[in-house]
Amino acid sequence: MFVKIEPRSEPSKTMKYLSPLIAAMLMLISGLIIFTLLGKNPVEAFHAFFIEPINDLYGIGELFIKASPLMLIGTGLAIGFRASIWNIGAEGQLAIGALFGGYIAIVFNESNGFFILPLMVLTGAVGGMLWASIPAFLKTVFNANEILVTLMLNYVAILLLALLVHGPLRDPNGYGFPQSVLFADSAILPILIEGTRLHLGVFLALAGVVVGWIFLLKSFTGFQIQVAGLAQKAASYAGFEYKKLIWIGLLSGGLMAGIAGVLEIAGPIGQLLPSVSPGYGYAAIIVAFVGRLHPGGIFLSSLLMALLYLGGESGQMNLDLPSAVTGIFQGLLLFYLLAADFLINYRVRLSSSQQEVN
Amino acid sequence: MDFDIFIHILIAAIAAGTPFVYAALGELITEKSGVLNLGVEGMMLVGAISGFIAMAKTGSLLLAVLCGMTAGALMSGIFAVLTLTLMANQVASGLALTIFGVGLSAFLGLDYTSVALGGVPEIHIPILASIPVIGQLFFSFDILIYFSGVLFVAISWFLYKSKTGLLLRGIGEAPKSAHALGYNVIKIRYIAVLFGGAMAGLGGVYLSVAYTPMWVEGMVAGRGWVSLALVVFASWRPARVMLGAYLFGAITIAQFHVQGFGIDIPAQFLAMLPYLATIMVLVFISRDKNTIRLNSPASLGITYHPDNQ
Repeated sequence: MFVKIEPRSEPSKTMKYLSPLIAAMLMLISGLIIFTLLGKNPVEAFHAFFIEPINDLYGIGELFIKASPLMLIGTGLAIGFRASIWNIGAEGQLAIGALFGGYIAIVFNESNGFFILPLMVLTGAVGGMLWASIPAFLKTVFNANEILVTLMLNYVAILLLALLVHGPLRDPNGYGFPQSVLFADSAILPILIEGTRLHLGVFLALAGVVVGWIFLLKSFTGFQIQVAGLAQKAASYAGFEYKKLIWIGLLSGGLMAGIAGVLEIAGPIGQLLPSVSPGYGYAAIIVAFVGRLHPGGIFLSSLLMALLYLGGESGQMNLDLPSAVTGIFQGLLLFYLLAADFLINYRVRLSSSQQEVN
Repeated sequence: MDFDIFIHILIAAIAAGTPFVYAALGELITEKSGVLNLGVEGMMLVGAISGFIAMAKTGSLLLAVLCGMTAGALMSGIFAVLTLTLMANQVASGLALTIFGVGLSAFLGLDYTSVALGGVPEIHIPILASIPVIGQLFFSFDILIYFSGVLFVAISWFLYKSKTGLLLRGIGEAPKSAHALGYNVIKIRYIAVLFGGAMAGLGGVYLSVAYTPMWVEGMVAGRGWVSLALVVFASWRPARVMLGAYLFGAITIAQFHVQGFGIDIPAQFLAMLPYLATIMVLVFISRDKNTIRLNSPASLGITYHPDNQ
């Protein structure tokens, strides 16, 4: 038997959709191996990590709470990624969104009103977009690489949030702890299902995915983005203004990340803390790729990634597995995907004689 | 300002700049071959914890350096297989490498959190070290700082005076032509990527074993990304990489000195400075598109495979 790798005459559509599944399978198999290496019973650990967290209604609710920011940000990033605009700054845009939305909650802490939550979401979205407009401006005007600028701004945003929560936004009656006041009920997303923590934000996230879907696949700008991603030169011949696409690509990520930041503080957290995200902005990059930069796929991959977060917590509680395993799984998933994508353009053939190979 | 303080700051800036020197010179070689590896941060982190564990277990600096370099090279090996053999997108693969490295280093370092090491002793070179000012400035560092200087000289020589260096640059400019001339582009790129990984690992070891001899999760704190920016800032030239590295070293330590002078600025604001400076430098250097285009390796970031030609 000989193995031969040969290019396909055209990219395989089947493999394009199969490759994320292959990647997920490989990640799960690696999980069994890692658990064994850590001296755990692999089946037991697998159950604790991947099944236990979602075997009741509460768990399903948690899954969607964690998946919400991931699917939102993933969709926003995918719009940019499709045009080869690499926004790596969602983590910072999320922090600024949380800061802006949280500021509204703190200012209106004494008042009651239905306007508070929508206003928080709106200001959070504006905050995220403002933060994303910095790299967009610097790229369109000064040609500055958006990967490095967005990344640097992550550190700046997180420090800025910490600075303000340690200072002016700190709860005056909080014994000096770096945290804001607890938000009033009017600034907290209402719970949808009793017995869970599933909140209204989930609908907002799903709506964001649908809007992203329509924008990307049905609008003319979405079409321009796809063309620009496939062939930048062709896009410029067609008269598409690439600068406009840079703005749209970055702002869509900032918009979604900003809203995601508000969902976090008005949802599970309920106040402003120096740190509001366990790396959702980076994890959403993986979500976007594993979801094939398609909002539908992103919805599914956000659930998988959310499960990795939940599994990390559950594994730590039940089996004393280090929660840092989550980060390893996330990285492995993307590695496997990138490797499996090889099969989109190439096929592996087994042949019985050397003759056939040559 | 007192002259002694000036010298003191200069020495501290060189020490703080040394992780950038290693990581950015390594990335320079990788990029000269036409490959953009965005995984520097991840490789530095894994190098840092690997070297740290080796140092904590054996007390041998040599072993720590070797472990860190090997770990960095192994990390870059994953990237090389993905991008050079499986032809995956370099940007996505580099990001994956950093995400993986952040997770892996946190995992490996669980038992070492906040463990402190003894550090690396300074070597005062006899006679030379006793020269006033100059002796203090250039001849009283630890061995890893001296080695980074040696590395700089070696890389400058390699790139501009050796035949292999010329080949490496040629491959970065025109891989097709190099292939047509009978050179194995993929093999040479593999070597360049692995070298970059080993250097990033060494930069990490310097951080965790010599500069702040203690393991803290995520302690590289963006230095890998700054190193990537430094290569652009240096327009792919080793001497400018050194200059940029020490400049950024100075900015990194500025936060401690500003507070030392009794100026009351919040710590978080000062901690932002290196990142803000990186952005400003990027803007300054990128605003002229032609300079970037002329200086960057022509095939940088573009997937190449001989079968596709």
